[in-house]
Amino acid sequence: MSNKQTHTGHRGLVYEEALIFERGRDGACGVDLPEPEGVTPRLNGMARKGAIGLPGLSEPEVMRHFVRLSQKNYSIDAGFYPLGSCTMKHNPRLNEKMARLPGFADVHPLQPQSTVPGALELMSELGRWLMELTGMPAVAMSPKAGAHGELCGLMAIRAALEARGEADTRTRVLVPESAHGTNPATAAACGFSVDAIPATEDGRVDLAAFEAKLGEDVAGIMLTNPNTCGLFERDIRKIADAVHDAGGYFYCDGANFNAIVGRVKPGDLGVDAMHINLHKTFSTPHGGGGPGAGPVVLSDALAPFAPLPYVVKEGDKLRLIEDEAASDADPFGRMVAFHGQMGMFVRALSYMMSHGSDGLRQVAEDAVLNANYVLASLKDVMSASFEGPCMHEALFDDRFLKGTGVETLDFAKAMIDEGYHPMTVYFPLVVHGAMLIEPTETESKSTLDVFIGCMRELTRAAKAGETERFTNAPELTPRRRLDETAAARKPILRWTPPAPAQAAE
Amino acid sequence: MRYLPLTADDRQQMLGVIGAKSIDDLFVDVPEAARIDHAFDLPPHQGELEVERALSAMAAKNVSAGTVPFFVGAGAYKHHVPATVDHLIQRSEFLTSYTPYQPEISQGTLQYLFEFQTQVALLTGMEVANASMYDGSTACSEAVQMAHRVTRRTKAVLSGNLHPHYRAVIETNSRFAGDAVVALEANVTGTEDLAAQIDGETSCVVVQYPDFFGNIQDLSAIAAAAHEQGALLIVAIPEIVSMGALRAPGEMGADIVVAEGQSIGNPLNFGGPYVGLFATRQKYVRQMPGRLAGETVDVDGRRGYVLTLSTREQHIRREKATSNICTNSGLCCLAFTIHLSLLGEQGFTRLAALNHESACKLAGDLEQVAGVDVLTQAFFNEFTIRTPKPAVEVIDALAEKGVLGGVPASRLMPGNEAVRDLIIVAATEVNTDADRAAYKAALAEVLS
Repeated sequence: MSNKQTHTGHRGLVYEEALIFERGRDGACGVDLPEPEGVTPRLNGMARKGAIGLPGLSEPEVMRHFVRLSQKNYSIDAGFYPLGSCTMKHNPRLNEKMARLPGFADVHPLQPQSTVPGALELMSELGRWLMELTGMPAVAMSPKAGAHGELCGLMAIRAALEARGEADTRTRVLVPESAHGTNPATAAACGFSVDAIPATEDGRVDLAAFEAKLGEDVAGIMLTNPNTCGLFERDIRKIADAVHDAGGYFYCDGANFNAIVGRVKPGDLGVDAMHINLHKTFSTPHGGGGPGAGPVVLSDALAPFAPLPYVVKEGDKLRLIEDEAASDADPFGRMVAFHGQMGMFVRALSYMMSHGSDGLRQVAEDAVLNANYVLASLKDVMSASFEGPCMHEALFDDRFLKGTGVETLDFAKAMIDEGYHPMTVYFPLVVHGAMLIEPTETESKSTLDVFIGCMRELTRAAKAGETERFTNAPELTPRRRLDETAAARKPILRWTPPAPAQAAE
Repeated sequence: MRYLPLTADDRQQMLGVIGAKSIDDLFVDVPEAARIDHAFDLPPHQGELEVERALSAMAAKNVSAGTVPFFVGAGAYKHHVPATVDHLIQRSEFLTSYTPYQPEISQGTLQYLFEFQTQVALLTGMEVANASMYDGSTACSEAVQMAHRVTRRTKAVLSGNLHPHYRAVIETNSRFAGDAVVALEANVTGTEDLAAQIDGETSCVVVQYPDFFGNIQDLSAIAAAAHEQGALLIVAIPEIVSMGALRAPGEMGADIVVAEGQSIGNPLNFGGPYVGLFATRQKYVRQMPGRLAGETVDVDGRRGYVLTLSTREQHIRREKATSNICTNSGLCCLAFTIHLSLLGEQGFTRLAALNHESACKLAGDLEQVAGVDVLTQAFFNEFTIRTPKPAVEVIDALAEKGVLGGVPASRLMPGNEAVRDLIIVAATEVNTDADRAAYKAALAEVLS
């Protein structure tokens, strides 16, 4: 950004905005609440003494504060977000409208079940779509996000091993090197030890290394498919059969289901458990980091251990099974206080119904087509990590930047000045200086063409030695590169009131 | 297919650039046997009108809280949310942004997370807070796991008056992690002897405040008893509005405070999404699960915010991470932060006072119904009554009369005969005199 100094610190339409704690003052309030009547309190001496320290602001001040903050954010509604592995796609506002229907949003999880038949119907119907699309016989709805779904799947595996009397002996989980960090963390949280499987030259699980690791202490494998290199694991059926033959279970990380929905049923691949990020495959706005939702589909072998609560059909009525005594199965326990992310269930079903069976298949085809188009259009100037075809994301690495003095991060930051959110960088770890581009199915050809043109120009500039364009980037943003080292060394995690001024001696 | 921009022409041209004859060429890596060519047993795509009609019909079958006298709590609460909150969180730049991994173009999200962390620390009386967890129950379970890391012990002692679902979540996670849990029996008077359970193996004591039955108690003694044995005190607060009226756990010696933040800014949503609050002492910050926003400066020296201390997290430490989660409840924290900013000190404490007053009035009304006892002596906005009939029957009969009168304790503690006749009743600022009168009249009829 230009260094022109302004009186206010604002730069045209980009406003500086203090913290609410610095803007507020005592006495102001943005809500009109009635004065309490003053009944005799029943707090038994536990009443709060002293102020909390919250600032007071009027409604217009609060409005302006958050509008100004919002203007410092990039968003999918404003621009292309080629963020690999994160699946930033269009979020239809119909879904938002449906999730806000009072019959869904203003319903309590512990109302009598007789007063919520529509909510149970929605859960059941969503479950039906998920089971049909995945070819799996059961689904656990309650996990709150993808990583929580992974935990659910591994707990189901552990419970199944307990039922077989092998929980103490099968303690090792195989996780490919290219896996999301959540995979090994999940296995550890579930009490398993983690054993990494190397990748082959072509970006897939090394089958020989995998088979060599199988043994009587293997509880299962956690595999992402399509994997984090954007590739379909060709040997997936062999992997499933081998792990089953060895007495283990097959957990599939379904984060990338949008690449195959309607084209492949994971149930046909030998999967025992797979979480589905509803927010990625079936769209929920990412909201600056969440919330998500991670229902898990389960095979016949794991279905009996699905966690509480779950919906069953009794005659033509639906019932929510909330405790073990009421369950005919052998649930491994409970993962959340209530029933899961109802708000996301509504959004996902709204999205599924809008696409229908035919449209969901088109989703996978267009996601894959767009990614391959980007790959084909850039591979002559950037270094593609693997031969195509890719699935829904295209992986490049930093070989094309060799000798330019430009690093992957610099390249990403230069994209910001061009109006793009950078692609995912430095992930997956299996290639050096990774750049993972995921266009998704909701981008048009013209958007991709302009993006491709931009990437080719940046590539030219890097190779032509225009280094500062990268190392100084971004320059046109509300803030330039931030000192993350200082932030971590001396963490400041909250606002504290300034110390009162010392009286002069 | 209104969400899909590619036309048939586009697709042909793009296949040409790729050098593929058909889309099937791009799926060659999928084993042939696994390629689906048949239709699914699911309907084809529908227009906005049709989807809206179908989902509205489903929603209309539910009784929504705003349409009836409503007194259901036990971990989720019906409050009024100012219109400004939902309007602001629907701004595209908040709603459709991603995790702020590129801080230069995510200062809006990072700054509100920093404000959220500050608010949570202030409400709980703690030094630091994270940028939220999935919900109160998972935050509570994460707190137990954190206490295990801090103390290098693996035995958690749980109050019997901890929300049964919170307890269940802790038990599930602990069982698979190979840890031990000692949980006391539920005790409606709130007079359990927790201190007697603490020993040199204990990592933490978990208490709820106000407890599951609504009791409020001074936590100082249990904090001292825990600390004497080298254990941490974890306090769970399922109704965060209570912090506008009650002493903060941080003042009473709590080491970790977790809470359900749904009450501020977020609707009931049939149980989710909610927002878990997590606060602790500065010295434990590197053991904290979840995401953290921190203050720093940019290359021009201007104040800005980044995600920080990520070396604790799964994407760096993998199987050694402080938690496997990689997300937070971003948009729900935003709703929380906006609503709390609107309330401010004056509004928040007044809201709490109105909640308490509503509950005091309701308790006074229900006490007058023949056969009903109010069992909770000191409470905030929720208390427990004993009825002369099984609570499930009472609640169902009330529902038929159009009053949602609370939660039968037995729904959450199945098989526990001691709670068969107990109803947990919550009142908030949304309840009117007419609501309370309707409850009282309906209850008298049901019990007559």
